[in-house]
Amino acid sequence: MADMNFADLEVFYERLATAIDEAGAEKTDLFLTKLSLLLANKLGDKHAALDAIEIALKDIS
Amino acid sequence: MRPEGRGDLDSLYFDYPQFEAPDRGGELVQETPVVIVGAGPVGLVAALTLARFGARSILLEKKSTFNDGSRAICVSRSSFHIFDRLGAVEPFLEKALGWTKGRSFYRGRQFLEFDMPHDANEKFLPMYNIQQQYIEQFLYEAARDTGLIDIRWRSEVKNIHEKAGRVELDVTDPAGAYRLKADWALAADGARSTVRAMRGLRLKGENFEGRYVIVDVKMAHDYPTIRRALFDSKSNPGYTVLVHRQPENIWRIDYQLKPGESAEEATREEKVRAMIAGILSDIGHEGDWALEWWSVYTANTLLLDDYRDRRIFFIGDAAHIVPIFGVRGLNNGVADGENIGWKLAKVVKGEAGEALLSSYTPERRGATLDVFANAGKSTRFMTPPSRGWALMRDAALSLSLSAPFAGGFANPRQMTPFTYAGSPITIGADEDFESGARPGDVAPNVRLDDGSNLVDHFSRSFTALWFGAGAGAEAPIAQLKKLDPDMRALNVAGAIIGAETINDDAGAIAERYGAKAGDVFLIRPDLYFAGRWRGENASKITDALKTILSAGEG
Repeated sequence: MADMNFADLEVFYERLATAIDEAGAEKTDLFLTKLSLLLANKLGDKHAALDAIEIALKDIS
Repeated sequence: MRPEGRGDLDSLYFDYPQFEAPDRGGELVQETPVVIVGAGPVGLVAALTLARFGARSILLEKKSTFNDGSRAICVSRSSFHIFDRLGAVEPFLEKALGWTKGRSFYRGRQFLEFDMPHDANEKFLPMYNIQQQYIEQFLYEAARDTGLIDIRWRSEVKNIHEKAGRVELDVTDPAGAYRLKADWALAADGARSTVRAMRGLRLKGENFEGRYVIVDVKMAHDYPTIRRALFDSKSNPGYTVLVHRQPENIWRIDYQLKPGESAEEATREEKVRAMIAGILSDIGHEGDWALEWWSVYTANTLLLDDYRDRRIFFIGDAAHIVPIFGVRGLNNGVADGENIGWKLAKVVKGEAGEALLSSYTPERRGATLDVFANAGKSTRFMTPPSRGWALMRDAALSLSLSAPFAGGFANPRQMTPFTYAGSPITIGADEDFESGARPGDVAPNVRLDDGSNLVDHFSRSFTALWFGAGAGAEAPIAQLKKLDPDMRALNVAGAIIGAETINDDAGAIAERYGAKAGDVFLIRPDLYFAGRWRGENASKITDALKTILSAGEG
């Protein structure tokens, strides 16, 4: 599956930033987890979705 | 600010001259076509641009010397082109450090290296670092040598008002007070412009939370001229640090203050020393270092509703404050100075009607709004305005170490030039063209076969660039020269009478301009395209220049 072009990704980045503020501090975890599930379903690829989890787990300490 | 025991002008590398107020031995001239308030880089560029067209000006400066510290340091290619056209670029090329690259680090690990747009056709590098004092010194020396600019140091404007179609200024210097009458005034007196305050005008826009301490350090530090950005470093966890090399072994270090941290406390000398020691350890500097100068900076986007107040024009920081991340403070101001400079020169010399001046605000205020839009992205990354933006930034940084695409969000993308496509003096039926730079864009340079630069063949005023044999071009060229005595016609790959021939055997110019034989391009004194026409419409270029100069109106 092709990567999104950077200009489109930037639109997503900016919308997600304001959406996190809309969700509020207490509900951010719930919001982002829902979003991850939605995106994984759209991705339609078990390996790619599980791989993304491993990459996201890096460098978070 | 400087370390304890050193005065404002006690620099480790720069000898400040002291200039005297004008000598009252002779009669002090009290009338001028143009008065400019403020002899910083912006006021000096405006004065030099007027002088380039033979127009005189009086330049008033409250201080007795150059800027006490090096505020602006990054000078862009477009500003070098301006200095070049003013005949002042040589000392800049000798002193400044050119650069093309930036590197970004997250927790000490490099995650991004970016290159600014550059190719072999460019005359100058995308960016140069040089201290503001040198910028002012070199421009001052060029201004002094013109013989057309009356620079009056220690001269403060106490009052400014309009009377009978002129601007009257009450000026005070150590020898007394006098009234100066000018047809036009340019306010280049900086962010705290007194002219702006005296006219009752206010900058409007947003004040961002992000504040930086900017520090100049002298040290023998071995690293090329590459802009470094440190995110979440040991010395400033959770925040950012920028490192730039300047001439004379001076290094600029900018570090972000935490929200709520008092600027007064943060700029105490011990505090600054402790922060710098930590940052130098982060970048691996082990040798000696000495504090040169420091200041505090806030990321604001503020501007005037109109850059013109009847016969007074605001230029540079007097008209707008932009965030540092776009490196457009000085560069944007210098472009203001050139823009109003050539237009006003045309008006005072009687070569253009006053309507030409109406294009100043839309062009230059538009450029500032564009800087805001671009710098906004950088600002939201460098100093996130809310929890959502901060989380996104931190996620992109953390991800960038294993997924390089995410590093792209840290690229400041500083070099996109503004277009005057919507300007009232951008003309031309451009639907006839498929490629090349568009009217309102900067005319691209091309490195010619003989090693010279296309831009060096342009006039200091308007230039008509004709392609091919140009049947019937002689008559319009003669008309153009009547409208603008300094007009120069260039003929690419042709031999039109009255035009200078430019060879283009490889077709590089035709390609960059999207041109075919017979086409003609009109280029402004500031290198912007005013319009372009296909061969069958080539004679329209004279009407276009008439419209631009509002000939017959003034």
